[in-house]
Amino acid sequence: MMKSQRTPYEGIVIAAPVTIPYVRYSIESAQWWIGRALGALVAQAGIKASDIDGLCVSSFTMGTDSGIGLTQHFGLCVRWLDTIPLGGASAIAGLRKAARAVQARDADIVACVAGDTNHVDSFRLTLENFSRFNQDAVYPYGAGGANASFALIARNYMRTFGVTREDVGRIAVAQRANALRNPHALMKAPLTLEQYLAARPISDPIHLFDCVMPCAGAEAFLVMREETAASLGLPAARLLSTIERHNAFADDPMQVRGGWAMDVGELYAMAGVKPDDLDVVQTYDDYPVITMMQFEDLGFCKKGEGAEFVRAHDLTIDGDFPHNTSGGQLSVGQAGAAGAYLGLVEGLRQVLGTAGPTQVSNARLGLASGFGMINYDRGLASGAAIFAGPSR
Amino acid sequence: MLQRCEACGAFAYPAREACPSCLSPALAFADAPRLGTLLAETTARVPSDVYFRERAPWRIGLVKMDCGPTIVAHLHADCAEGAPVRMSLQLDKSGQAVAFARPEGETPNMADDRQWREMTADPKFRRVLVTNGRSVIGQEAVVALKAAGVKTVFVGVAEPWRPFAGEDQLRRQEGVEVVTLDAADEKSAADLAADIGGKVDILVNTTEYVRTGGLLDRKGTSIARDEIDQAYLGFINLAQAFGPAMRMRGADGINNSVAWVNILSVYALANWPAFGAYSASQAACLSLSHCLRAELRPGGIKVMNLFTGPVDTEWFQTVPPPKVAPRAIAQAIVSGLRGGLEEMYVGDVAEEIRQRLAANPKALERELDK
Ligand SMILES: [Zn+2]
Repeated sequence: MMKSQRTPYEGIVIAAPVTIPYVRYSIESAQWWIGRALGALVAQAGIKASDIDGLCVSSFTMGTDSGIGLTQHFGLCVRWLDTIPLGGASAIAGLRKAARAVQARDADIVACVAGDTNHVDSFRLTLENFSRFNQDAVYPYGAGGANASFALIARNYMRTFGVTREDVGRIAVAQRANALRNPHALMKAPLTLEQYLAARPISDPIHLFDCVMPCAGAEAFLVMREETAASLGLPAARLLSTIERHNAFADDPMQVRGGWAMDVGELYAMAGVKPDDLDVVQTYDDYPVITMMQFEDLGFCKKGEGAEFVRAHDLTIDGDFPHNTSGGQLSVGQAGAAGAYLGLVEGLRQVLGTAGPTQVSNARLGLASGFGMINYDRGLASGAAIFAGPSR
Repeated sequence: MLQRCEACGAFAYPAREACPSCLSPALAFADAPRLGTLLAETTARVPSDVYFRERAPWRIGLVKMDCGPTIVAHLHADCAEGAPVRMSLQLDKSGQAVAFARPEGETPNMADDRQWREMTADPKFRRVLVTNGRSVIGQEAVVALKAAGVKTVFVGVAEPWRPFAGEDQLRRQEGVEVVTLDAADEKSAADLAADIGGKVDILVNTTEYVRTGGLLDRKGTSIARDEIDQAYLGFINLAQAFGPAMRMRGADGINNSVAWVNILSVYALANWPAFGAYSASQAACLSLSHCLRAELRPGGIKVMNLFTGPVDTEWFQTVPPPKVAPRAIAQAIVSGLRGGLEEMYVGDVAEEIRQRLAANPKALERELDK
């Protein structure tokens, strides 16, 4: 079957990137966090809640509520609604759907929002109920979630390509340096490579500083057409290109690449840019080894060259390859599904020039990627988006 | 056992509703080749699951089966990355079937592996109470357990001053301690538990009380009462005396409390009118064993039921062969504990009844009436 040419995202923009600062534990509900994000969107964009006519929600901890329940909860009357349960790929997937909705004029302003709470026991409950394959074929092995599954992937990847913990650690260390400039990051202490290497093992080769800290928080942005943004006087980033892929390379016995590798050519072709043109890159960093995989699969280097790439580049805000400038999930915290949004929202602030203390100078072109859903033995979902600030 | 597609032959794991190769819904569990290769391993040091946290560090791995699927498995310590492994399904402490990978060939002291011992109830190094040393089954069980490396066998004998056949041989064995126990007597069971209850890692309930007869050929309830007293109430006495301590000692280091074994008549599953009242008493014990299994599960103690047909003892003298040798039962106790099983069928009669019950229970009921 012939693959058809995709319609470009002509005149589609993203505005009002919003972060509700994270806390380690919250007694509030996910709905509370999502409500805060919606409120911040309205305030930042200078619109009324009734101007929002599309809603896209992602959350693990809403209980029995879904997007439809939230409309009544928050008094929203929308004509387009979606709930996206794709974990770390939720932001890219939500952006893609919202972009097409406003492009086709099914909606004018779509609020994309992700938020989760973190009660003392909610992480365990999420693990236990993550997916049926996970319940049947992973949980009984004591793993109970991502650490052991990712440990197996990391171990195989590191052995296959001769990657050391030191190589992987550079990513985490650089992100911590970035996080020290972000007042909202939960991690406030500097991290040296020596400290990274000396951390206690969690599930070999995963050690403490390879893991994200579950927390509560919310992130959001608005998707609309260029003329809508102009009429509101809203600074906005143009959406140039996206990709999304699920269950790629199912025949690889173990995951050494994500779905990006399948679609990366189209990602840059649609945007009309090269990897070198990007000013800022935000990868999905649930584990630094997954970030290294993305450097390869998103075309910054070849497969197997990730370690060398990391050694050759400075990944901090003022470095030659500014990456995960907020500190990423590794240093800011992982607020459930909001973790998927963290990179994209920070990337939007960067190209809009509103990132404040973490601002990369002259950032105009950004890339954000997502990765999610360790259903069984591998992450199934991947996605990426390229966007440009008004000055480009 | 893995799902296999009846349309294209592909194996699938984890279990699902349609074949990932051809989308056929015809997936049936079938015996799968057991060999695979260990792709990668990890040692979980702080598992989020409370059970594993108590037993950390815990080693698991991802195994690529020669027949296709990849399986997350518990690992034997002798498994190495890139090397072939042999996969089996084991019942974990919660009674769930889980994958366990062992080295392809035998390695020295293979059964002593810490994680393997968690999955099984290997009697080696452990202390066992055999509840009735007067019976041939009890005496054979002692011999088999000693041969399997049990450290101490406590053997319960009611009124031990009364001599009995096989007594000399029983007492002569090293590591065998004869203790006073009349399971049908609540106080006797409680007294013994007060004495050795904290030292029983495995309890083998060898209570036997076999009498012929059904309902109409008997007068009154006195024999039925004895059957219930000995088998059913005896079981209750033992459970109440020893169960709580065993449940508490489920995570007690390497020689923790691990299993409770019942020897039951297979006629607990389908009444044999020639031994009709006895069958009923056994059915009561079977039901009770399920209750015990549920109550011991929080402690990780397995309850194994061993079903037998007529045994080659005096009480089944009138029954024609095939009959089960007491020694075969004793050996089955050991192999069942080593495999960590919940159910075993010993001998041809028990196995046949298991199969016929699964195929057509009404037909079996009628045929047992002959
Ligand atoms: Zn098939």
